[in-house]
Amino acid sequence: MAKLRVGVVSPEREIWSGEADMVIAKTVDGEIGIMPQHAPVLGVLVEGGVLRVKREGKGDLVAAVHGGFISVADDEVSVLAEVAELGSEVDVAAARDALERAQASIEADQEDADAAIEAKRAKARLRAAGEEV
Amino acid sequence: MGAQLRLLRRRIKSVKSTAKITRAQELIASSRIVKAQMRMQAALPYEREITRAVTGVVSNASSVDHPLTVAKENPTKAGVLIVTSDSGFCGGFNANVLREAEALRGLLKSRGLDAIPFVTGRKGVTWHSFRNRTMGGQWVGFSRKPAYGDAKEIAELLIESFKDENGIDEIHIVSTEFVSMLTQNVVVKRILPLEVEETEASESDVIPPYFEFEPTAADVLESLLPRYVESRIFTALLESAASEEAARRRAMKSATDNANELIRVFTMQMNQARQAEITQEISEIVGGANALADAAAGKE
Repeated sequence: MAKLRVGVVSPEREIWSGEADMVIAKTVDGEIGIMPQHAPVLGVLVEGGVLRVKREGKGDLVAAVHGGFISVADDEVSVLAEVAELGSEVDVAAARDALERAQASIEADQEDADAAIEAKRAKARLRAAGEEV
Repeated sequence: MGAQLRLLRRRIKSVKSTAKITRAQELIASSRIVKAQMRMQAALPYEREITRAVTGVVSNASSVDHPLTVAKENPTKAGVLIVTSDSGFCGGFNANVLREAEALRGLLKSRGLDAIPFVTGRKGVTWHSFRNRTMGGQWVGFSRKPAYGDAKEIAELLIESFKDENGIDEIHIVSTEFVSMLTQNVVVKRILPLEVEETEASESDVIPPYFEFEPTAADVLESLLPRYVESRIFTALLESAASEEAARRRAMKSATDNANELIRVFTMQMNQARQAEITQEISEIVGGANALADAAAGKE
């Protein structure tokens, strides 16, 4: 079976690139699963989403992806993330800490949009690291 | 005579310590260039992908009339982003950028546009405030190591002003392009409105695939274009950082070379002075001895 060539890039570095069988990402319309021979798509990713790359014989590659795009063409998948972090790179303690702080400021001020985004990001990072949120 | 010798010794000592400093600066700059180049390389994939995505959207969406791509009628103001460095000691680096920015200002004026400077880097900011030029925005403190957040901040202000009815109608960027260790060019680019080029696709060209959009082409463009502008600004900042270090390395190298040349000349003068002193002492002694001898011969 044909493979997908996947690249996950952020403005400051290339996070990961390699071959995969399936890519699952969360766009603003909902989850999208990409398999080889997929029609060309350009989608906007949600803030605080989790990207899952399924590989044969190896474990899934999971990354927290905050904003950005996914573009698919000719079995090439590029994930352009403003900020991205591999699940294995996530500092769980720091993410939990950030989540608690964000939730505290949401409780204090319901309108705090920054804190809401911050909470989403922290949740995505924890989920990417395989933690329960 | 001894006074001249002392003076030369003192000058040599001071030039030597200056040479030590410039030599150290040169080495620091060399190692920083490598790091800056690595950052440039790391940012390349993102820029390439985002350019491809923008090309894809623009060539697929039949009617591209997003506010960021359409040139405004009767433009009156243009924003010029000028990328300079925070610190000096880098030769003509900032002077070149500012000269090019002045040329652009004149060019815009001839088209009836007012140029509003947006300046990054302490040197550029000082230059503008010294001349009492009002700046649309100023950012300092990151010229050596720009982060994506810095580019984002700049892009946000520029885009906001661009979307504003009474704001700027065009955005240009004046920065230094890093070609190689030895060559850096000042370049002027227009980043907004985007130029949509209608090119005839030749057969060798790969025709961009027909994209589906999630959710819609307009929404994708809406969030893609600001990212594209950010990426362009980020690239300019990174290239400028690498160029700054390259310019600094070159400036410091010629300073060190000049200092070494001075030391050579001074050392030669010092040796001559010392030799002259010795020669004079000898002739004085010989003269004195002869005089004594003559006096003794006269007595007898």
